[in-house]
This record gives sequence, C-alpha cells and structure tokens, in this order.
Amino acid sequence: MSTATKRALLKPIVDDNPVTLHVLGICSALAVTTSLLPSLYMCVALTVVAALSNAAVSAIRHVLPSSIRIIVQMTIIASLVIVVDESLKAFAFETSRELSVFVGLIITNCIVLGRTESFASKNPVGLSFLDGIGNGLGYSTILILVATSRELLGAGTLLGYTIFPNAADGGWYKPNGMMLLPPSAFFVIGLIIWAVRTWKAEQVEKPEFRIHEVHRTEAL
Amino acid sequence: MRPLRKLLDKVEPHFEKGGRFESFQAIYEMLDTLFYSPPDVSRHAPHARDAIDLKRVMGLVVLGVLPCALFGMWNTGYQANLAIEQLGLPAPSDWRGALMAAMGIGHDPQSVGAATFYGLLYFVPIYAVTLAAGGVWEVLFAGIRNHEVNEGFFVTSILYALTLPATTPLWQVAIGISFGVVMAKEVFGGTGKNFMNPALAGRAFLYFAYPVEMSGESVWTPPIDVITGATPLAIGAESGTAGIVSQGVTWMDAFVGNIQGSLGETSAVACLLGGVFIVYTGVASWRIIAGVMLGMFATAMLLNAVGSDSNPMFAMPWYWHLVLGGFAFGMVFMATDPVSACITNPGRWVFGVLIGAITVVIRVVNIAFPEGIMLAILFANIFAPTIDHFVMRANVSRRLRRSA
Repeated sequence: MSTATKRALLKPIVDDNPVTLHVLGICSALAVTTSLLPSLYMCVALTVVAALSNAAVSAIRHVLPSSIRIIVQMTIIASLVIVVDESLKAFAFETSRELSVFVGLIITNCIVLGRTESFASKNPVGLSFLDGIGNGLGYSTILILVATSRELLGAGTLLGYTIFPNAADGGWYKPNGMMLLPPSAFFVIGLIIWAVRTWKAEQVEKPEFRIHEVHRTEAL
Repeated sequence: MRPLRKLLDKVEPHFEKGGRFESFQAIYEMLDTLFYSPPDVSRHAPHARDAIDLKRVMGLVVLGVLPCALFGMWNTGYQANLAIEQLGLPAPSDWRGALMAAMGIGHDPQSVGAATFYGLLYFVPIYAVTLAAGGVWEVLFAGIRNHEVNEGFFVTSILYALTLPATTPLWQVAIGISFGVVMAKEVFGGTGKNFMNPALAGRAFLYFAYPVEMSGESVWTPPIDVITGATPLAIGAESGTAGIVSQGVTWMDAFVGNIQGSLGETSAVACLLGGVFIVYTGVASWRIIAGVMLGMFATAMLLNAVGSDSNPMFAMPWYWHLVLGGFAFGMVFMATDPVSACITNPGRWVFGVLIGAITVVIRVVNIAFPEGIMLAILFANIFAPTIDHFVMRANVSRRLRRSA
C-alpha cells in the first residue's frame, strides 16, 4: 500500500477519527447504540454510503459547478441512503425497524457530507473511495465500543446472548438502567475521547485561556 | 500535639519535589492540613486577613448538616423498630440484629437510644463506603494533577450519603459516588470547577440506573423484604394530600420528619435548623433559599388554582410540598452549593425561583417522577452561568447608560 492509501484508510480510525476528534455523527451514535446488532448494521450502512458517495462525488468533481455542489452532493448521498435503506428492509427487516429513521438520517450525517466536501471534491476516485471506507471504519470503531459497553452494562447481553446473567432471572448482574438511556452514550463517548486524548496528546486543543495558578509546592 | 507536628515535619522532605514519595504529596498535604492550618502566606498585595478558608467553609456545612444526620439515624431506626413492633416480627436476623442482640439493645421503638443505634448501623456502612470509594478517586486525581486533596469531599460525601435510602446496596453506593466525583467534578478540573453538584449527580445517576431501589415506590424502611408500601410523596402522587393523611401521616409528622424516606432528608425542621446555621455563618446564600421557597410557593398556588380532576397532586398545598420528600434538604444544602449556584445576587434569586418552580412542576405534572428537587437543582446548575451572564450584561448596560 502506498502512503496515501494507507493514510486515507487508516488515519480516520484513531488519529483523525470523525467521532472522537471532529465530534461528528453524534446523533446516530446516541440513538442506535443501546444494543450491538443494530449498531453493526448502522456501521455497515454508513460505511457503504460514505465510500460510494465519496467515489461518486470525486468522479464528477471536475464538471461540478461549485455554486451548486452541496445540492448535488446531497442528492447523491440521499439516493445512496435510499438504496441502503431499501436493501435493509429487504434483507434485515427486523433490524431495519429497530433502526427506524436513523438509516434515513444518514443523509444528514455530518461525516458523509463532511468527507465529500473536504476530501472527495479534491481527490481522485480510488483514494476518495478508500477515505470513505476509512471514515466509516473510524465511525464503526466508536459505535461498536459504545454499543458493546451499553448493551453489556445495560442489559447484561451482547448481540442478544446473555453474558452477565440477570439478577431478575436468578443471576448476579443487576442491569444498569442508565446505560439504556441516551445520556449514557454521551458519557461513554466522553470517556473514549478522554482516553484517546490521554493516549494521543496532540489531539488536545489548546486552552482558550488559562487561569494562572501556581501550586504552593512549586512557588518560590 | 507536639509529637504529631514533629513526626509530620520529619517525613515532610520525602514528600517534597524530588523526594522518595513525591507522587504521594497530596496525601501528606491532606493529613498535614487536617491537623494544622496551612503555612501559606500571601506574598503580594493586597494582604487580606480573614479566618475563612475552604476548610472552614466546608467544616461549617458539615456542622450544619449534623442535625439532619442525627435525626435521620434516629428516624431510620425508629421506622424500622416501629415496623417490627407493629407487625410483630422477630428481631432481624442480619448482622445488625445480631450485633444489637449481643449488646442487649432491643427493638423498642420508644427507646431513642435503640432507634438511633439501629439507624447508625445503617448509616455508617453507607457513609464509610462513600468515603472510601469517593476518597480513592479524590486522592488518585489529586496525586496525578498535583492538586491538594481538599475538604470539599467531606461535604459531598455526607450530603450524598444522607440522600440515599437506608436500604441502598453498598455496591450501588460506591458506583454512585464514583460517578459523582469523577464525571461531575474531576473531569472538569476538580474542586471549584464543577458546574454541577457532585453529590446530586451521583444520586441522579443511581436514580436512573437503579430506579427500583431509588424511587419512592417501594418502601425504604429496613428490613426491606418485610414491608411494602410507599413514601408519603409517592402516596401523594397516587391519592393526593388526603391519601397521605389517611395513612396516618399528619403535616406535623412530615415537618418533624418521622416519616419514611431517605436517610437524612425526611425532617424539614432539621434541614431548616441547619439552614439557619449556614446562612448565619455566611456559607449559604439566603437569596437562593428564599428564591426556592418563592418559586415553590408561586407554582404550587398556580397549580392549586388550575386544578385537575384526574391528578390529585394539583391540589397539594405549598406547605405540604415544603415538608415532603427531599425539598427542604435540597433547598438548604444542595441548591446553595457556592460552586454550582449563581454568584450574582439577582442571579441567585432567579436560580432559586427556577429550582422551586421546576420542582413543583415535576412533582405534580410528571407522573413518572414522584420527586423533582434533585432534577430541578441539576437543571438549574446547568443554567447558572447563563443566568449570571445576563445579570452581568444588564449591569454593564445600566452603567453605560448612567455614564452616557
């Protein structure tokens, strides 16, 4: 793999993650992550849409007048989302019902439009396609982490299989109801961002201002 | 005390920068300032001289909350002993019952000593777990960040423990305070930088995570398996003030606090006593307390006037709102937290009124939540900086007009 491909594919997973660094795509990350299975479908759906829309926008980037580019990009993304939505309804009806509007809302997912606008409109088709896959993978990494912790702590199961036997059925685990409520996704994503920024300190933003403080053991 | 000072001075070099236990500086500092006042002096003008410091402020709040704690211990034991007597139960067979039997203390509800001791046996484990679990996080973060471990946590821990039902499982106590300390305080930079009350955040976490143990639907009187029922506030949500009175709970009972409820928040009179103390010593703002009262009074009156055929809570008068649930406790000790409340005087009024009004609205209109003071205070905490911002902008434009 050349460096450019590698960068396009792998950088969005940790170093340039759309969720933890750019804080995009949070809405669906809150909504679908109560259990792991719908999250997996959501990851696949978003990755497919991001990759194909990137490729399509990149293919027409030389003929696309810049004054109407956003509308055209939205049209492409919307068409792809409809295709994905219909396929889900055809092949995974139950899960698509669970995901309800959130597949449709991929149209408004900032990650997709963000990549077509910032990457695909100035890069060749193949690279743009890989960039879409890479960003889809970055999004998927976070979604899977969040969904795993929420389903495991909130219900004691993973993909529907019991991992921690529930106290109500004679087991030892008392499900944490908080983890099934949307705020818990904020907490989990926040903790992930904290962890990533502790590991990769260069992702930490410069403070806008700093209150001058000197600890008394450091003074004098 | 001299040998202690000598010992502390002797080990101090090890904890200084470059010493052997440099990373444990925070723990040394904590112990040292627990016994002696810190040696710091201001090096630059202005040299304000005042006995007040963080340690004293926090100490005063702990003193203020003592009546609630003592009353709560008695009440917890009293309610349990009363239930045992009324239902003719054998003495409880858990470790508490065994200890009390071994010490020859019976379960007579009329005996203040027996009730307080029984309550103490419920309070101490919860408080000890709170201190241990929260303390670990405090020391950990202070150690990493080279901050001082400060006394704020004493207040957080005792307030948190007093808002819990006596029957809370201890592992839940530990999870709740860990959430409160880490997610509501340390992630924002530690003491003084939290925009929410950490004790309440921990309590709210438990409320949403384990609603079965944490809301007033099932009774909180130990021993839990024996009695089913609801706290007066939960009864009120079902059948209004008349329902509470028909359960044998008079307004005076609710005011004095010998009713079922969380550990330390049943007694309005103990809370108000503590409130007088912390307002008198200047720790709490009377404006916030008055604002909460005003907001609660106005909203309750308004809802009384509106009325409802299906929801009996609409008819609950304001003086019942005052004495039921955690209203008094939250108003006096939680809303007045100087870090997370408004800091401008007009802002404090708005902040208080907001809390009082939302509390009543949640209690009355939202059937899912019998109690609202906790959520109301957390909600108002979030808006406190915004309220202050507008107060300050108003000040600026008024002064501009004056000088123009």
